[in-house]
Amino acid sequence: MSAQTAYNYTVVRQFSIMTIVWGVVGMLVGVIIAAQLLWPELNFGPWLSYGRLRPLHTNAVIFAFGGSALFASSYYVVQRTCHVRLFSDGLAAVTFWGWQAVIVLAAITLPLGITSGKEYAELEWPIDILIAVVWVSYAIVFFGTVFKRKTPHLYVANWFFGAFILTVAILHIVNSAALPVSFWKSYSAYAGVQDAMVQWWYGHNAVGFFLTAGFLGMMYYFIPKQAGRPVYSYRLSVVHFWALIFTYMWAGPHHLHYTALPDWAQSLGMLFSLVLLAPSWGGMINGIMTLSGAWHKLRTDPILKFLVVSLSFYGMSTFEGPMMSIKTVNALSHYTDWTIGHVHSGALGWVGLVSMGTMYYLIPRLFGRVEMWSVRLITLHFWVATVGIVLYIAAMWIAGVMQGLMWRAVSADGTLTYSFVESVKATYPFYAIRLLGGLLYFVGMLIMAWNVFKTAAVGKAADAPIPMPAIAHAAANASAN
Amino acid sequence: MDMNTLRSGITAVSFVVFIGIVWWAWSARNKSRFDEAALLPFNDDAFNNDKRDGEAR
Repeated sequence: MSAQTAYNYTVVRQFSIMTIVWGVVGMLVGVIIAAQLLWPELNFGPWLSYGRLRPLHTNAVIFAFGGSALFASSYYVVQRTCHVRLFSDGLAAVTFWGWQAVIVLAAITLPLGITSGKEYAELEWPIDILIAVVWVSYAIVFFGTVFKRKTPHLYVANWFFGAFILTVAILHIVNSAALPVSFWKSYSAYAGVQDAMVQWWYGHNAVGFFLTAGFLGMMYYFIPKQAGRPVYSYRLSVVHFWALIFTYMWAGPHHLHYTALPDWAQSLGMLFSLVLLAPSWGGMINGIMTLSGAWHKLRTDPILKFLVVSLSFYGMSTFEGPMMSIKTVNALSHYTDWTIGHVHSGALGWVGLVSMGTMYYLIPRLFGRVEMWSVRLITLHFWVATVGIVLYIAAMWIAGVMQGLMWRAVSADGTLTYSFVESVKATYPFYAIRLLGGLLYFVGMLIMAWNVFKTAAVGKAADAPIPMPAIAHAAANASAN
Repeated sequence: MDMNTLRSGITAVSFVVFIGIVWWAWSARNKSRFDEAALLPFNDDAFNNDKRDGEAR
């Protein structure tokens, strides 16, 4: 099919396949570090020690797995809803190969101990510059496609993808500003509490715009498509979008409760985090209610199960998040495994499941198949993953609340009731349950990888034609004259 | 002008703008355009004979 009449599925296919590959890698590293917490003997040498593998895990699952899923789905959705091919095939290829290079560099430098020490922004300055170049190219491809669209409206999913792309560019460039002292070492441009505030302004908005807005873009396209009905309320989706944009930016200080950050800034962060509950639940209800009148499809369609259950976890974690941002609750939860439980309820439950559902929708279409090689394996994956998530987050909730209570317990004579190591000992069985949960989630990902491999093997790379009603009409009129 | 007056002003203006967006989203005048936009993901079905995609047109 000629490049003029077909969508660019090549780059979507590349990113989709890498989503699966990096999902397996990132989750495997997650399982390894969970095992290291249970069996510290597994810390082999400096390269494979927990401290170096942990950022490798977070970077791999967030930016490699999640990032590839976002590139793939945004490129697919923007073309399909704008009825035009991507703005530039060459620049789209730059984003694919550039992003893969960033991931490979991360996988090499992080185990070597090369890090700027900023959570979720550990990569050193040369890699940061490469990320900025890739991201600006991404923005040009995406917005270039939006500007040459043939449809009268810009579908709401593109608004979310657009906000995600724009905001992540700003966040990354501001937070990564640093003074290099050598090729692999730099120091932040900010100092003291300002550095902490910039870091968590970045960190929380990475959650808000990378892990939320982008995946909401997926939700607003793939749930209506898979359910076969338009979104429950388009008006609500518009308000959902703007409410998120207006509030997310200010929630970062809740990561710095009871620190040197001014008290008013902490309270402001808490307040905006509480306000965030409204748009988050508005969006969740909008997605779930899209199924109203089609609930029966949930029983038979495993892809819909992935998408809708992801929204349930989104609702759970966006209720838990504002609650944990309340300073008195945070006094109990902060620095405990409750935070890890909360993050994974969002990451495994929301981001992971919605990406997997999206990939199960995309892969057959990208390889000229009606459906995945095995639909039963999708169902199996769904249940294995869901049981894994529940085990994981329940273990971390219990461990976290227990740790918080033990750390604050005071005896009658005013001394601490428990030493720190006693809380570690009490946590031990929950680390085993967490490892089991994580292992199940990883096994689910392996099932998916096998299913995707078989689908791609029996299928053939296929590109869809661009609908051209406007051009067809013009041609008909010309021949009539 | 005091910097904090400017900051308070921007906060107030942002709030008014947001209320304006809510009003705009729910005004009867815009109902048809939003209904039309909601169908965008389905408008390509007629052209590619994609049987898997939903009933809505």
